[in-house]
Amino acid sequence: MLELREVTKNYGGLRSLDSVNLHAEAEMITGLIGPNGAGKTTMINCISGLDHPTSGEIIFDGHSIERTPAHRITGYGLARTYQNIRLFNQMSVLENLIVAQHSDGRATLVEALFFLPSHLREYRQQRERAFELLERFHLMNVKDAPAGSLPYGDQRRLEMARALATNPKMILLDEPTAGMNPIETHELGEHILQMKEDGLTILVIEHDMSLISQVCDEVYVLNFGVIIANDTVENIKQNEEVIVAYLGRED
Amino acid sequence: MEFIFDLLTPYGITENTFQNMLIAAILGISIYITLYAGLFSLANAGFMATGAYVSVILTTRYEWDFLLAVGAGIIAAGLISAIISVPVLRLSDIYLAIATIGFGEILVVLLRNFDRIYELIVNKEETITGGATGIKGIPVITTTEYLLLYLGIVVFLMVRLHRSRFGRALVAIRQDNKVAANMGINVVYYQNMAFILGAMIAGGAGALHGHLNRIILPENYGFDRAVDILTFAVLGGTTTIIGPIVGGFIIAYLPEILRRTDLVGLLGDIFGTDLGRYQANVRDMTVGMILLGVIVFLPQGIASPAMWRRVANRIWNLFNPAEKSDA
Repeated sequence: MLELREVTKNYGGLRSLDSVNLHAEAEMITGLIGPNGAGKTTMINCISGLDHPTSGEIIFDGHSIERTPAHRITGYGLARTYQNIRLFNQMSVLENLIVAQHSDGRATLVEALFFLPSHLREYRQQRERAFELLERFHLMNVKDAPAGSLPYGDQRRLEMARALATNPKMILLDEPTAGMNPIETHELGEHILQMKEDGLTILVIEHDMSLISQVCDEVYVLNFGVIIANDTVENIKQNEEVIVAYLGRED
Repeated sequence: MEFIFDLLTPYGITENTFQNMLIAAILGISIYITLYAGLFSLANAGFMATGAYVSVILTTRYEWDFLLAVGAGIIAAGLISAIISVPVLRLSDIYLAIATIGFGEILVVLLRNFDRIYELIVNKEETITGGATGIKGIPVITTTEYLLLYLGIVVFLMVRLHRSRFGRALVAIRQDNKVAANMGINVVYYQNMAFILGAMIAGGAGALHGHLNRIILPENYGFDRAVDILTFAVLGGTTTIIGPIVGGFIIAYLPEILRRTDLVGLLGDIFGTDLGRYQANVRDMTVGMILLGVIVFLPQGIASPAMWRRVANRIWNLFNPAEKSDA
């Protein structure tokens, strides 16, 4: 579904990603772990089109996307969340979910101006879809509140709901459990597994090994911009090089 | 119409003042739409000039029908904005503001020297824009009804825009353009469209303004005007469509307030001199002070619904001291 081939990203003299190869299989959950500053967020930005790699190829669902603008990548069916939550804070929860369905919409300003039925129909459909997501992520009772006023856990879930509202085939989760307690983390894991059941491909970046163990089929380990391991969760936990990267070597 | 002005004239709102208030409101909306899309553009005075000059030249030289000429002015402003949006909209924030000021100043210089440039190219002397002295003897065709109609159309457009896929995309872009792109919104396209739409609204205002005062000058559309337009939006507030309208009304009405309260005379008494000559400067200073007050105490603008709700709550609590509300 998603493949990175020899992806390199330089910031001035700093090499943030160094010939990264990664393959996320369709309808599987792939994990990406690594210490702080390993280049995980750079990688997600390159995949989602907010940044572009210096060299290398990124192929998503048959499209070569390493130079494609972000909005087109979303149109191909790739959605993401952010490490530090980035909701449209002044919009209501419901509006956040409606604006995310932009790619699926067709209505132009002219149709809105003259109250054409096509515009009304589209808006009704988008509202319905938004309500489904509100129901599923337990956000119905806060639907009219400004997104910025929500408690932290609700904001996290809204971000995931908003990513789903873009109607994706694949979703990138950038540290979805940051700042959550173990119970909330487990609950979020259930949501992620449910998305897999629904046929989504998922790439999840995490620090929390409990979530990785709970959901991932395969794990990649990134350290200083280089993939140092790629295996199942059990094997990764035993991997000498990974332990060294995380804990340091004992002299 | 007549009876309305019979009512309003005692308050200093003559038909002429009212027309200026309407123009100001429309111009306020023209910058509101660009701010709505997260663009800090000061180009709308230039687009107003485009609309004014194009329509006036068409009605006076080529005897076009007035409404057709206004339409042509709107389209001309739209075309020019589409062209300059390509280089200019690559910039953001204060850099965009500076670039658009530059555009306005270039346009003023161009209008001032247009006839000479024309002469150099075609080798024929002709008065088209009339240089620094402008175009004189323009028939006064614009009426209050036309202005009200145009304001009505523009307000309707904005209200519908607010409830459309287009409008929601603009709000998303203003709040976080990177995330908006990740939601599938083509940021460049929508910002361009908002910029062009604002230019067309300003172009129409210019065309109507051009047929209001018998004369148009390049100076009418320079830096001062660009800042005035921004002032309408900032004073009234940019959170709702009411803001720029209220802002435009207040600032266009302000000279009348000053005349009625005789602020100039009052200041003159305080300083012990006659300040009659400085009428215009006193007006500018007053606008400046009001604006400063608004920015410091009412950052959402005078017409901010949230602020008025708070005020209403407080008054309500004043009369109902028993019920403590923590609003």
